[in-house]
Amino acid sequence: MKSEINHSLSVAKPDSSHISIKQKIAVSFGLIGLFVFVLYAFNVPLGSNPIWLTGSLLFIALGVILFANDLYSKKLEGIKNDKVWFYSISSRGILGWAAGIMLTGFYIVLYFFEELLGQGVNGAPNTGLIALFDPLSFLLKGKPASQWFVYGTLYTLAILIFGYKFLLKYRHNRYQQLRTISVMFFQLGFAYLIPEFMARLNEQPQYNLPYYDLKSMWPLNYYLFDGWSVDSFISSGTLGIGMLIFGVVSIFIISPILTYKYGKRWYCSWVCGCGGLAETAGDSFRQLSNKSIKAWKIERWLIHTVMVFSIIMTVAVIYSYLGDDSKNYWLTKGLFISLVIIILSAIFAWTIIFKRKEFGKDAKYGAIGYFVTITLLVTLHFTGTTNHIFYIPSWELRSAYGVYIGAIFSGVIGTGFYPILGNRVWCRFGCPMAAILGFQQRLFSKFRITTNGGQCISCGNCSTYCEMGIDVRAYAQKGENIVRSSCVGCGVCSAVCPRGVLKLENDSQKGRINPNEILLGNDVDLMTLVNNK
Amino acid sequence: MEHIVIIGNGVSGVTLARHIRKKSDKKITLISDETDYFFSRTALMYVYMGHMKFEHTQPYENWFWEKNKINLKKGHVKKIDTENKQLFFDDNTNMTYDKLVIATGSKPNKFGWPGQDLEGVLGLYHKQDLEKLEELAPNNAVCKRAVIIGGGLIGVELAEMLHSRNIPVTFLVRESSFWNSVLPVGESEMITRHIQNHGIDLRLNANLKEIRSDENGRAKSVIIAETGEEIECDLVGLTAGVSPNINFLKGSSIETDKGVLVNRYLETSVKDVYAIGDCAEQREAIGNRKSIEAVWYTGRMMGETLAQTLCGNRIQYNPGNWFNSAKFFDIEYQTYGWVFSEKNKKENEQHFHWKHKSDTKCITIAYDKNSRKFLGINAFGIRMRHEVFNRWLTKEKTIDFVIESLHEANFDPEFYKKYEKEIREAYHQQSETINA
Repeated sequence: MKSEINHSLSVAKPDSSHISIKQKIAVSFGLIGLFVFVLYAFNVPLGSNPIWLTGSLLFIALGVILFANDLYSKKLEGIKNDKVWFYSISSRGILGWAAGIMLTGFYIVLYFFEELLGQGVNGAPNTGLIALFDPLSFLLKGKPASQWFVYGTLYTLAILIFGYKFLLKYRHNRYQQLRTISVMFFQLGFAYLIPEFMARLNEQPQYNLPYYDLKSMWPLNYYLFDGWSVDSFISSGTLGIGMLIFGVVSIFIISPILTYKYGKRWYCSWVCGCGGLAETAGDSFRQLSNKSIKAWKIERWLIHTVMVFSIIMTVAVIYSYLGDDSKNYWLTKGLFISLVIIILSAIFAWTIIFKRKEFGKDAKYGAIGYFVTITLLVTLHFTGTTNHIFYIPSWELRSAYGVYIGAIFSGVIGTGFYPILGNRVWCRFGCPMAAILGFQQRLFSKFRITTNGGQCISCGNCSTYCEMGIDVRAYAQKGENIVRSSCVGCGVCSAVCPRGVLKLENDSQKGRINPNEILLGNDVDLMTLVNNK
Repeated sequence: MEHIVIIGNGVSGVTLARHIRKKSDKKITLISDETDYFFSRTALMYVYMGHMKFEHTQPYENWFWEKNKINLKKGHVKKIDTENKQLFFDDNTNMTYDKLVIATGSKPNKFGWPGQDLEGVLGLYHKQDLEKLEELAPNNAVCKRAVIIGGGLIGVELAEMLHSRNIPVTFLVRESSFWNSVLPVGESEMITRHIQNHGIDLRLNANLKEIRSDENGRAKSVIIAETGEEIECDLVGLTAGVSPNINFLKGSSIETDKGVLVNRYLETSVKDVYAIGDCAEQREAIGNRKSIEAVWYTGRMMGETLAQTLCGNRIQYNPGNWFNSAKFFDIEYQTYGWVFSEKNKKENEQHFHWKHKSDTKCITIAYDKNSRKFLGINAFGIRMRHEVFNRWLTKEKTIDFVIESLHEANFDPEFYKKYEKEIREAYHQQSETINA
């Protein structure tokens, strides 16, 4: 339509007709804060770091808060999606592309050229942007900053200030409120402050704590079982072992129970840091996810491939860490491989026996995936020398995973491409944890999105605002419940529905998946006929 | 192979085509002069407001039609020859059919107001209306004020749309309170206040006298009949209801009144010609329903029903319990069963009304004062479960049962505040007052 084209292609005055004076002032506040970072990155001497750091962070925060206040608080409570597709930033306009390119650039520098940010090498003091964050790092953990400290600080700040924006936007919706407070809490506490404090405690000789974000679970936390990581847990004595055990219990016991009761949302949109950023800073881009069936196909291939890769990689890493002799340590290579195969077989058998029907057409792919994995593992054991998988050293596999999946996929593409592909690219296409939780959610969970009888008007708000690219409407207009492995349970489809059609629910498994057209409003006989395909 | 031709690619026609395809391999052609592909008409407002792009309003991807062998034909039917089973198009081409279905929907009402056809005056129904609106009212510099005539569901949507672009809106409503021909007074008044809270200049008891033109034949102002006041504006929205879009049937042998007259089998007076959706008019109204139901859901149901008939299982259109929904700015509205306004309700219909102190939530439950049978509910700002109310209506539960079991029907998102207790207490208090 005419105006949309004008808006998104307007170079001279992007958005000028949509943004109020106050919002422009707020944006300039934020840009000033970011500009200080740029000056530091280029080593422009500005003077006292603590003051400039405080000032720049404050300006950025103030920018977002003032912007949100002006945008939302003057209006009555309700859905606030006016002009989303007119703003250049949120409709893949010029600003969107610019933001995408800048974010991607930032991630590339962060992961591969940290010296550009001023990371001091071999004990040399930090310079540039990282030096700017030294005062805060000393305050928290008594050590100079690193690029990861800078990143962690900015990440946490983003979740907090954009979380505030989201809270204001959804002040009529308690599900959204609680969920957002939850991700803000877990990011600030579990991901940011607690690990830093643990590092600070390590200053004293009686402490030896591993750096550990308790909520970050394997396989999202793919390095949990790396040699150095396991060593650091073990060297920390009982507490460390306890944490390692907690890590194992999290994925094998706690997470399946919670996912059974509440769906994977308990993690993906209430706890997880990646989800936290997507739901707050990424909220303005949720409508950009691709809803086509083609994208869904790509999603399923990609995410399950990453999952298989991460499992094989982790098994290989642990395998090469273990010994052959059970006298030294009860867990030997052979025993370990056997255990993994037994667990995978049990899961596969259980699924095929009890969930054959729900699994449907996917059973074939599941079976292929299972046999490929098992074959790989068995071959690994019998062909591999101590540290090799098919003659590839396991650490190479591990570092390939770290670079391609851990850095490029989750960071550069996952977050850098927010303004282009939507805010959950990583969660949808790449996260191995999401794949495992999604499998449980699809087959072993009480969670579903209920469709309210025949009230759907096929408007498309639910599908448009689904950050995971689920075509929610396709189910809702048929009166079907939505039971999809990718659903992170953000609840926005339900919020934006103008007719009260969708509700996130945990209820019995019976009748959860109902691929029948049960539209109410017709007499019962007709519905039986309609379902008689 | 039998050729089924459906004129109109709205929800009725498309539902029909989909269900015929599921049950048979008949040749299906869908004709529309409005759009290439099916879209959700009810979602047009969100395109203007920037919530969605037009493509998002299309429930099926573009490959869907070819894959399911549903032929799409863009064109305007100007004449039907039922004798030879032929359609004639504007571009002088023609098409033959074996069975014809008329599903051409509605058009905005015009009641002969002076100036109703001026440039700058429009209804809101077709995609073309939206394109016109975008041209006439892209922002508040081009459109300094808009006047909307007629306080129904489309009127309030148009007000919300224009408001989203900061265009000042004057809203002329014939009734003494918004939509009180349909809503009971408590609800109608609450919605009236809500519309005003959004800064809409809502004029009650106000009829349109005429639309005045400037020297270029463009609407420049409207005159209110009651007061004679002249309101300058750049856009006039006519939203005083809709009527069947069947002008092209004039001169054909198909019997029409306001709409295309059909029996319960959705058959018209001519063999092998059917009509469904907004444009169909039942010869005898079904239950409390109107003989013309211009509602999304009924269009869909008629499509499902007729698909059975056309595939060899002739059945009647037999809608179940009435339901509907809408949204007034930020307040969602759902209704199940029948709740009539004070004006229209029958002698035995009594209401229990509860309103939350926020003035954004309320419910009205209608019941039979003699038998206490539950007749229907209007819910504002609280979502209700369709399946539960459908069951209660069918089983003819009493109002007392409904009040006590209301929590079962709640469909609000998790962690939302619950109001059942407050509602129950209000109910008991009111019945005590009545009994005292």
